[in-house]
Amino acid sequence: MNEPWGEDGPAVAARQVTKTYANGVRAVRAVDLEVPPGEIRAVVGENGAGKSTLMKMFYGLEQPSTGEILVGGRPRVLRGPASAIALGVGMVHQNLMLVPSFTIAQNVVLGVEPGRRGLVDPKAAVETTARLAEESGLTVDPKARVDEVSVGMRQRTEILKALHRQARVLILDEPTAVLTPQESEDLFAAVRRLRDGGMTVLFISHKLREVREISDQVSVMRAGALVGTIATADATERSLASMMVGRDMSLDVDRTPARPTDTTLRVRGLRYEAPTGQSLHGLDFDVAAGEIVGVAGIEGNGQSELAEILAGLRRPTTGTVHIDGTDTAGLDVAGHRRAGIGYVPEDRLHNGAALDASIADNLVVDRHERPPLARHGVLHPGAVRAHAEQLIDQYAIRTPDPSVPVRALSGGNMQKVIVARELSAQPSLLIASQVTRGVDIGAMRFMYERLVDARDTGAAVLLISADLTELLALSDRLLVLKDGRLVARFDDTTGLTEKRVGLYMLGVEEHDRGRLTTGLENVGEEAP
Amino acid sequence: MSSVLDVVLSSAFLAAALRIATPYLLAALGGLVAERAGISNIALEGQMLSAACTGALVAGYSGSVTVGALCGVAVATLLGVLLAALRLELGADAIIAGIGLNLLASGGTAYAVYSLLDDKGGTSGLKSGSLPTVTLPGVENVPVLGDVVSGQNMVTWLAFLAAPFVAWLFYRTRFGFHLRAVGEMPDAAASVGIAVRRVQYTGLALSGALAGLAGVFLSMGYVSFFVRDMTAGRGFIALAAVFLGGMRPWGVFLAALGFGAAEALAVQLGSLDVPPQLVSTIPYAMTLVALALYAWRRKRRGRVVPTAASL
Ligand SMILES: Nc1ncnc2c1ncn2[C@@H]1O[C@H](COP(=O)(O)OP(=O)(O)OP(=O)(O)O)[C@@H](O)[C@H]1O
Ligand SMILES: [Mg+2]
Repeated sequence: MNEPWGEDGPAVAARQVTKTYANGVRAVRAVDLEVPPGEIRAVVGENGAGKSTLMKMFYGLEQPSTGEILVGGRPRVLRGPASAIALGVGMVHQNLMLVPSFTIAQNVVLGVEPGRRGLVDPKAAVETTARLAEESGLTVDPKARVDEVSVGMRQRTEILKALHRQARVLILDEPTAVLTPQESEDLFAAVRRLRDGGMTVLFISHKLREVREISDQVSVMRAGALVGTIATADATERSLASMMVGRDMSLDVDRTPARPTDTTLRVRGLRYEAPTGQSLHGLDFDVAAGEIVGVAGIEGNGQSELAEILAGLRRPTTGTVHIDGTDTAGLDVAGHRRAGIGYVPEDRLHNGAALDASIADNLVVDRHERPPLARHGVLHPGAVRAHAEQLIDQYAIRTPDPSVPVRALSGGNMQKVIVARELSAQPSLLIASQVTRGVDIGAMRFMYERLVDARDTGAAVLLISADLTELLALSDRLLVLKDGRLVARFDDTTGLTEKRVGLYMLGVEEHDRGRLTTGLENVGEEAP
Repeated sequence: MSSVLDVVLSSAFLAAALRIATPYLLAALGGLVAERAGISNIALEGQMLSAACTGALVAGYSGSVTVGALCGVAVATLLGVLLAALRLELGADAIIAGIGLNLLASGGTAYAVYSLLDDKGGTSGLKSGSLPTVTLPGVENVPVLGDVVSGQNMVTWLAFLAAPFVAWLFYRTRFGFHLRAVGEMPDAAASVGIAVRRVQYTGLALSGALAGLAGVFLSMGYVSFFVRDMTAGRGFIALAAVFLGGMRPWGVFLAALGFGAAEALAVQLGSLDVPPQLVSTIPYAMTLVALALYAWRRKRRGRVVPTAASL
């Protein structure tokens, strides 16, 4: 079905490609890039550097303003994804593009369904999917509904979609941002196998360790331009980082020991019967002002439910939550905020921001009714704008103007808008869920510093993350969640290794109840 | 009370229920197709009304019932396409555009009838005839069944065939597959190269055609003339059936049938000693109760309903 490729030459290439969006943002500037067939090429760069935009041009979702795109050695005009697909280009988007109520097999074949005379042959769809999964080593359950499977399986479904279209070039835009370490490993194994079968892979990631592990060569973008391409063997995380930001930077976080004071968050006997998802079975813990408590666990073991309960988005079935001595039962979300809670949700696209509203408006939604932004219930547009400009500057949000809708920001910059809003509210308890998901290393470091600052100015921080490195680097104390229960508590994280924590995450080891509740006041006598 | 039971179990009642359910079935399935394509067809009511009026007028003037019916369905189809165009080309809100089309249809049909026939009420002065009925040789003589199904209008037969047709379309054909994908996740559909707009236009045209058939039935089957605003909210009740039926063809079929039966009951009760004002509210009251039940069941089934965020 594919259109012919040239005899030799690069699998995909860009020649002097520039892209200016309708709103005047020049996202890609005069980029020359060549990727030979059968290579895994990583593309790295800060948030907003133009990586996704460049990839969308290879996939026909955006058209270059000037310059040309080559696929299979020849210049091509890609009017839409359909023409890119016909040329053998497949793309897995940063935000997955699957139909939730369809089965995996249906999603895989969507657009090129097996069957004759306008009919779809569901059996053939399942068989095709199973065969592709078998050949590529990307295990999926063809008959499962997409909204009922793990993120990892959805990701594999996306790749199978491309394979079903006989892709020869596979673009993966931050495929690992939402995967557990094990799922990432499996993905890499499959990607390597595809490469060995002749596939050309373009791989975008902010995790430089992964880039070093998987790629053959790395191309670095900065502010829309390509700054260089180097062999992965010659690259170190540090050298890549300095190419990305244009100066030397250190990747370590300086963290003085915590000086915890009074208990800010007190959770007792917290149970939650989840209609869908993970239930919680009696959690007891404290977080004191001036400390960062990390919550580790494989995703889907109750972290999201816990965060949403604490933020007031769900109501617990039984148990109590106190913030600075105030019982939060019966408070609505605004009440939770008034009680001093700041919340950075993990799903920033759906819960964190109003995508079509401007950056400035998103930055004031929690404080628009108060001076200095409003007086007597009337907003001061000037004050709103000044407030936004200050935060945009402080948090290095890459945008031409505060009036830009959040939807037009790059993935990492959307995240920064939310973090800026939540941290600048100076909460007494900050719940931070996957704060650094999808942000570049500069921003990551910046957010680490902000979290430590928040702690040092007396906030209690509950840090929920799928990234153990991040948890160990930041947490003063660490809790482990498994199947909706606390299974471990480390009051001292110095010398703690990822491997050791991993054993608790997997349920190989477990702390007894005595250790989990030492020093907690008013713990009910409850069987776990 | 026993007289009510007698009424409900009589074959005359069942036959009436099928006849009365016909426009609900067709319009509801039309609404379903549009809903699943991602554009709510609030204009079902107006499409039915326009088709009813066009059908009666054209049949009356041309002398051909077939031509009248075809023209009626065609007008409703065009209104479906128009709604899609307003939504897709001009970015209008589908609800607002739909309400606009309904008002246009109500005023437009009244105006057309008045200017052609000089009659403010309807086309009863015009002899337009009605669509043929279908008698099944053999079945005709079977007790009860024969009385119920034989002699029904051909559109009633079409209405009952429409449910399996839509189910087949949705779950067996490539078009239906694309339609459902487009309605649920347009970005995902576009990213695999499906022509999203083309699918939506086709879906809305089909939706309009089904509503048109419902309208044609009203003025050329149910009765044989057009009366101003004769749809009487059926398009909206059909829309309720779409949601009540869980947006699935057979669910919608059952819901629409239920509304038809309720109305048939109201009609029959009218002949008994029950205040007619009360009786005529039955279909509408049932719609409300059904929607409330539907919402309650959905909530109970445990879709996470987060407490309202009030920042
Ligand atoms: N649809 C759009 N309209 C206008 N500007 C856009 C649009 N999409 C992206 N941009 C802008 O183009 C620039 C590059 O964005 P892009 O998404 O390519 O960045 P990225 O390198 O993928 O970043 P990230 O790592 O955060 O995903 C950003 O400044 C962004 O604000
Ligand atoms: Mg991106």
